[in-house]
Amino acid sequence: MPETVNPTLNIVIVGHVDHGKSTLVGRLLHDTKSLPDGKYEAVARVCEDSGKDFEYAFLLDALEEERDQGITIDTTQIRFHTDKRDYVIIDAPGHKEFLKNMVTGAASAEAAILLIDADEGIQEQSRRHGYILNLLGIRQVTVVINKMDLVDYSQTVFNDIHTEYLAFLNQLGIVPQFVIPLSARNGDNVARHSQRMTWYNGPTVLEALDEFQSRVSKESGPLRMPVQDIYKFDKRRIVAGRIESGSIKEGDTICFSPSGHKAIVKTIERWQSAKDGAASAGESVGITLDEQLFIERGDIISHTDDLPRSSSVLQGNLFWLGDRHLAPNRTYVLKLTTQEVECTVGSISGVINTASLARVGDVAREVAKNEVATVVFDLKKKVSFDSAIDVIETGRFVIVDGFDVSGGGIILQEHPAESYEI
Amino acid sequence: MRTTYQEPRLIDEPYTRHLVKDMQLDHLDTLESQSVYILREAYRKFKRLAMLWSIGKDSTVLLWLARKAFLGHCPIPLVHIDTSLKIPEMIAFRDRVAKEWDLRLVVGQNTEALAAGMGPDKGRIVCCNSLKTEALQQLMAEKDYTGLILGIRRDEEGTRAKERYFSPRDKNFEWNYKDQPPELWDQFKTDFDKDTHIRIHPLLHWTEIDVWKYIKRESIPIVGLYFARNGERYRSLGCQPCTGRVKSNATTVDEIIEELQHSTISERSVRAQDQEDTYAMQKLRAKGYM
Repeated sequence: MPETVNPTLNIVIVGHVDHGKSTLVGRLLHDTKSLPDGKYEAVARVCEDSGKDFEYAFLLDALEEERDQGITIDTTQIRFHTDKRDYVIIDAPGHKEFLKNMVTGAASAEAAILLIDADEGIQEQSRRHGYILNLLGIRQVTVVINKMDLVDYSQTVFNDIHTEYLAFLNQLGIVPQFVIPLSARNGDNVARHSQRMTWYNGPTVLEALDEFQSRVSKESGPLRMPVQDIYKFDKRRIVAGRIESGSIKEGDTICFSPSGHKAIVKTIERWQSAKDGAASAGESVGITLDEQLFIERGDIISHTDDLPRSSSVLQGNLFWLGDRHLAPNRTYVLKLTTQEVECTVGSISGVINTASLARVGDVAREVAKNEVATVVFDLKKKVSFDSAIDVIETGRFVIVDGFDVSGGGIILQEHPAESYEI
Repeated sequence: MRTTYQEPRLIDEPYTRHLVKDMQLDHLDTLESQSVYILREAYRKFKRLAMLWSIGKDSTVLLWLARKAFLGHCPIPLVHIDTSLKIPEMIAFRDRVAKEWDLRLVVGQNTEALAAGMGPDKGRIVCCNSLKTEALQQLMAEKDYTGLILGIRRDEEGTRAKERYFSPRDKNFEWNYKDQPPELWDQFKTDFDKDTHIRIHPLLHWTEIDVWKYIKRESIPIVGLYFARNGERYRSLGCQPCTGRVKSNATTVDEIIEELQHSTISERSVRAQDQEDTYAMQKLRAKGYM
């Protein structure tokens, strides 16, 4: 493999507060010799000064408050590598108060480790995080049951948690690749196989990581290029945007949704690039057209035979992070790729308590912080989108309340056909 | 981007295969595209926008990425905070590049503090706060900027690892790191109350070695201080009194990349202000340091 390819996998570690996520990451860094010179010694000094045992979590909990209170406040990204590839490990906070930071960390991950304390067992965030991972579309999951040292490395304790948690995850449709007994503090089954749990024959955490698959390029999907801006810095009028799915080339006939305008791609524009004539998923490029249409930021470019859907009504599975409840009498802004539209809540159904999976009610008036619900939004004008199952990038949106991103949603179900004005 | 895992498509026709192979993004293409996307969002969303250019490798790469984003142009003014303690070669490089690339350069300086004798002898953190943070604060107030683009990276140090791409600062320039906005699916914090400004970090996801590999691929001009002379080079650039050199024989970009692949010393270990106390960077950055 050429050196520049350098595959990187983004992994998030989630779970209940104090179950040992940061300790696991610290241990992984230490055992793979990924720490810079002097880092271990510096942390050892901080621990000694404050009269504590060596704390692996301090290797990444950089804020003073995090070390004082022993909890991670905000998500951290740390890098290390195995012989197979490079990793970005995202350590997400487990405290309920910091769910938005957990979501921020998890949203950029391709795979996840769900961590549970063997001594405390399954807790509220163990379930909620499983649920959120599922909503974020992360299907590659490994479960680790940590602090096995506190339960005498008992296979019975491991089996009980294993059975109970898998039953929960299976309800969500998540099938973990592995379930690993662990003592992050002592390094058992992190980078080396534990001599104290000979009853376990599966992989170590490091081996499990190498089993995750890297993201596959989406260039085989339908073309989706949301217009980000229009530039006129010189005599060219350039339509700028990132290709979220599919590919585009000079001479293609393209359609702008929801307006329905059509044009032919005259040139693909880049600066100082060896590439030419075509562009594919993931690239931020510019295009010029054969005619001067009225185009706006937010228009979605596709090929004429595979259009996104357009509607002024949108239904999504929504998780809410805002302090102020999502309520019907307020106006919000919905952002979907580069589209932005004012909206109100049409109806709320199926509010779910993410910890118990219990339905709080079939019809609700509001969605509170940390709750999940199916919500129909009435939009001030049409937007274009796809089902997340077809094209994830155009199948998800955020809701802005005032100045703040306060919720995220996935478009999963087919909405009743009559409400679509295609 | 994450839910469906499809088998790579098999393509029989040789010409098409060649074309598709060329189109595939490699690691540097992916980093570049994400940075370009962020720069374009910033340019679209902020009427009063500036980009900080420290003359170091990261912000010079950022400048290059802006020219990628805007197809050969840089429509965003560049701000350089001149502490008067910079290494002279940096200033010469700045003026040469600004002229050749036809850049709008805005230089800020805390002249009052300098006149009153501010320097690292007053305490390194005090000096950084005064000559960098306050100088920037004065300039932003004068120019009324509401968006400021900076070339920080997560792998530089712990508090930067917790940053967002779009990160708000209040009217006192303070960073509320305990309550940061959520950031998902490239939907950024672009709506904000008056008196706040947003720091934009398009290089957050790059590593030091990525930066050097990109410099090599794109042949980006870089100030000569990074290359070894008499067995030493600068790995991170700042003010003369507080920036040390590392032992090195790397005199080319290739040799720097080779050196970094085997280094276990952290990049900012030669920046004296970082070493002032365990939480020096947290304290500096909470007050509005870069």
